[in-house]
Amino acid sequence: MRAQFVAREVSHGLRRNLTMTLAVMITVAVSLGLFGGALLLRAQVSTMKDFWYDKVEVSLFLCGNGSEAASCAGGAVTKAQRDQIQADLEKLKPLVQDIYYESQAEAYQHFQEQFKNSPIAANVRESALPESFRIKLSDPTKYEVVASAFAGRPGVEQVNDQRQILDKFFKLLGGLQAIALAIALTMLVVTVLLIVNTMRVAAFSRRRETSIMRLVGASNFYIQLPFLLEAAFAAGIGAILAIGALVLTKAVLVDAIVAPSFAFTSFVGWDAVFVIAPVLLLTGIVLAGLAAFFTLRKYLRV
Amino acid sequence: MILFDHVTKLYPNQEHAALDEVSLEIEKGEFVFLVGPSGSGKSTFLRLILREERPTKGSVWVAGKELGTLSNWKIPYFRRQIGTVFQDFRLLPNKTVAENVAFALEVIGKPKAHINKVVPEVLEVVGLEGKENRRPDELSGGEQQRVAIARAFVNRPMLLIADEPTGNLDPGTSVGIMQLLDRLNRLGTTVVMSTHDSNIVDQMRRRVIELDGGHVVRDQSRGVYGYAQ
Repeated sequence: MRAQFVAREVSHGLRRNLTMTLAVMITVAVSLGLFGGALLLRAQVSTMKDFWYDKVEVSLFLCGNGSEAASCAGGAVTKAQRDQIQADLEKLKPLVQDIYYESQAEAYQHFQEQFKNSPIAANVRESALPESFRIKLSDPTKYEVVASAFAGRPGVEQVNDQRQILDKFFKLLGGLQAIALAIALTMLVVTVLLIVNTMRVAAFSRRRETSIMRLVGASNFYIQLPFLLEAAFAAGIGAILAIGALVLTKAVLVDAIVAPSFAFTSFVGWDAVFVIAPVLLLTGIVLAGLAAFFTLRKYLRV
Repeated sequence: MILFDHVTKLYPNQEHAALDEVSLEIEKGEFVFLVGPSGSGKSTFLRLILREERPTKGSVWVAGKELGTLSNWKIPYFRRQIGTVFQDFRLLPNKTVAENVAFALEVIGKPKAHINKVVPEVLEVVGLEGKENRRPDELSGGEQQRVAIARAFVNRPMLLIADEPTGNLDPGTSVGIMQLLDRLNRLGTTVVMSTHDSNIVDQMRRRVIELDGGHVVRDQSRGVYGYAQ
């Protein structure tokens, strides 16, 4: 194996096929960029889930005087009912991690704090706000266990899972991610087709060389290696461009533009970028290598 | 060196066999002319030796190996023992004479020091000393064929296959090429050469194998091109 010879052939081939090489680089960059974007979005959703699921609670709102729910037909919740509910909640440990009782007075106080500068605060009376149990679950996805145990029970007006509100938002992000993935996948298919075509052109434009190589007994590996390296090189450059775009997205779009305006939530960290970057590089090079390999098997036969 | 044992080659979608039950043997060190009209099976015969085709029936032995049992990845190593020359030279136009010859060694992974040593040697053997840095289009047809022969011979093959090597050359130049092939033969290389050139065959007086319609119709040890009346 003579590295110098192979390197010379590769650089020669890349220059001879410059427009096709550029086309491969650009499509690889765009498709892997989208792919990386989708992966970053997924990491973002997962970061937000970790952050928010840790904070969300299940709320058991208890019947007040004006409650209209069927389970509140007996009027406001009685002390016996409330004690029984608390006891039953205790039985659900360890799924139920923490139980916190919020009285009407406390609810009113929280409300006043939350809407400090709003006219709503002045119009709400203490009796209009329900008392509640705030429950923190060790596994937020098992909300149904609590809901089925307490929904519709006398004295309980409503079981409310904050996670469901968040899930709508996450669904939106998930949808965006799916769209990005679909476009990325389509672009990857285009990229593979382009590489296949590029290899065909390259094999054709060098058919004289390859026929002589076969004649004098060059091994298949030696004949195909320059082509494979060319494809891998072009794809590698494209992948590096995609990684650059990803780093830029994280540094500029996430850190400098979006994050300062949404200080209340957490954003994806650099660790996600460091995980995604090698995935993109590997995907690009392996995909190009495989596409080239299978094309060449057809066009450079012994 | 070469043994054809009841070899039949039938191409797909063709009624008549390109070679039909051909059996013959070529000894090491022989010089053999392969003659016959176009379509008589000469090219198929050569392609079978190079293992570019497999026989439909029978077996081909070259250099002690049965080519039918040779696995695909071993074919390149097998071909390194054979030099090949064609009517159309098949040189790389953007490489110099020396580079064209060196290319054959580079692609089989020979070290640079070895290449730098043997390329000038072989160019001297074929009579191209002083023309190392010319490009093929600056050479005459005869010189281009000498480059091709140098490339075929640089790896010192034991067998040289020449497919109408003088087909594109004028008679005077052809004589020079034949003298060169004769010299390589005297150095111990087995030469199998297909040709339409009756003058050359008549002058050389070597073994002649004549093919017609896929059959061997003549095999003479010191033959001439046409039938000796």
